[in-house]
Amino acid sequence: MDELLREYMPILVFLAIAVALGAGFLIAALVAAPSAPDAEKNSAYECGFGAFDDARRQFDVRFYLVSILFIIFDLEVAFCFPWAVALGQIGVFGFWSMTVFLGVLTVGFIYEWKNGALEWE
Amino acid sequence: MEQNTTPDSLGHYGYQLVIMVAQSLAVIVPVLVSLAFILYADRKIWAAVMLRKGPNVVGPFGLFQSFADFIKFVFKEMIVPAGSNKVVFFLAPMISFVTAVGAWAVVPFNPHWVVADINVGILYLFAVSSLGVYGIIMAGWASNSKYPFLGGLRSAAQMVSYEVSIGLVLVAVLLCVGSLNISDIVYAQEKMGVWFIIPHFPMFVIFFVSALAETNRPPFDLPEAESELVAGHMVEYSSTAYLLFMIGEYFAIVLMCVMMSILFLGGWLPPLKIMPFTLIPGPLWLIGKALFIFFLFAMVKAMVPRYRYDQLMRLGWKVFLPFSLFWVVLTAGVLTAFDLAPK
Repeated sequence: MDELLREYMPILVFLAIAVALGAGFLIAALVAAPSAPDAEKNSAYECGFGAFDDARRQFDVRFYLVSILFIIFDLEVAFCFPWAVALGQIGVFGFWSMTVFLGVLTVGFIYEWKNGALEWE
Repeated sequence: MEQNTTPDSLGHYGYQLVIMVAQSLAVIVPVLVSLAFILYADRKIWAAVMLRKGPNVVGPFGLFQSFADFIKFVFKEMIVPAGSNKVVFFLAPMISFVTAVGAWAVVPFNPHWVVADINVGILYLFAVSSLGVYGIIMAGWASNSKYPFLGGLRSAAQMVSYEVSIGLVLVAVLLCVGSLNISDIVYAQEKMGVWFIIPHFPMFVIFFVSALAETNRPPFDLPEAESELVAGHMVEYSSTAYLLFMIGEYFAIVLMCVMMSILFLGGWLPPLKIMPFTLIPGPLWLIGKALFIFFLFAMVKAMVPRYRYDQLMRLGWKVFLPFSLFWVVLTAGVLTAFDLAPK
């Protein structure tokens, strides 16, 4: 526990300082800057006239697809980290196990590609 | 740290805490100050390529321009759009800033010159810098305005796409290191006698381009392509809230430059272990290499036209991802076949 604390405590302190600094900037402007809001100033920015409808509308499903693909591949990358570090110990067997895993993923990747999941015409 | 149960231990921990705060400030403050000049350099280089003068009024040669800008930001009115979600609206720049700054906790500047020498340093760095996308998508959503919404979506998709390639590049490098500690990456290059840019040159190129995309630098600044989206997710932000986004972005950019120096250019190692080079202290080598990479970043910004969004996604998913995956397998294969993998 002590070991863990000694290693990670500096990160917490570091993040706390970053939060304090960021909050400090925001508060500095709230204190120092003038504030004279009016309805025009506080409306959403759109070419000079009021917004026609709500901004949170439907959006292209491809953004959603990309995020799903990202989850798959990022998990794969996260899975690769321990393997990459330990390759010296697990040797040939470790290499081929990972190759099979990556091969399966590649088949999936080719399927996505052929199905047009990566197309943004 | 000895196990100490006397009342004295509180003072002991207090002392440790003071050290940690001092170390953190010793990283954050110099980086923050140098950012002011890096921003200035960025604008100057950009201007020079376009045969303009760039900032040249505030201070000698305009050197204090960034400080003047900072003061101006603090005294500008903070506009909060009426339709926005107030809490998320202010949380977004904070997240962008804190994650960009927080990643610096594990960056080593010299042997043992690091705030937190954790053994999963590179994993921490990867995790924290990927959290930055939350700041952007939250900004886009909380603003409740069309340009930020579209900009936030685009940015999120762009950042996650290139993160995959960055991850695979890291894996390829880690194969030759055998540890997740960032200092060990430099030690491995020292032991090998050659910087990773030589065996991993294609990965260096991929990392460089992905870093541009990851930090929304031109030519991949589509989230804020001003000719179509005004300023993307930052449209509704003003005053220091905007400043936090901007500083966060530059923190991330410089972090990428430093990471490239550590991963591929030997970090604090001199190019040759001979007399004139070894006289210069390690941190200066690291800073010099990072500045050189930043110069490349600035030149790319000045010279390369903006990508189209479909080209960007094509490059990320159809070129970088397959190629870096192939390179990981190739590296692992070579290391295994010749029994070179670090034990």
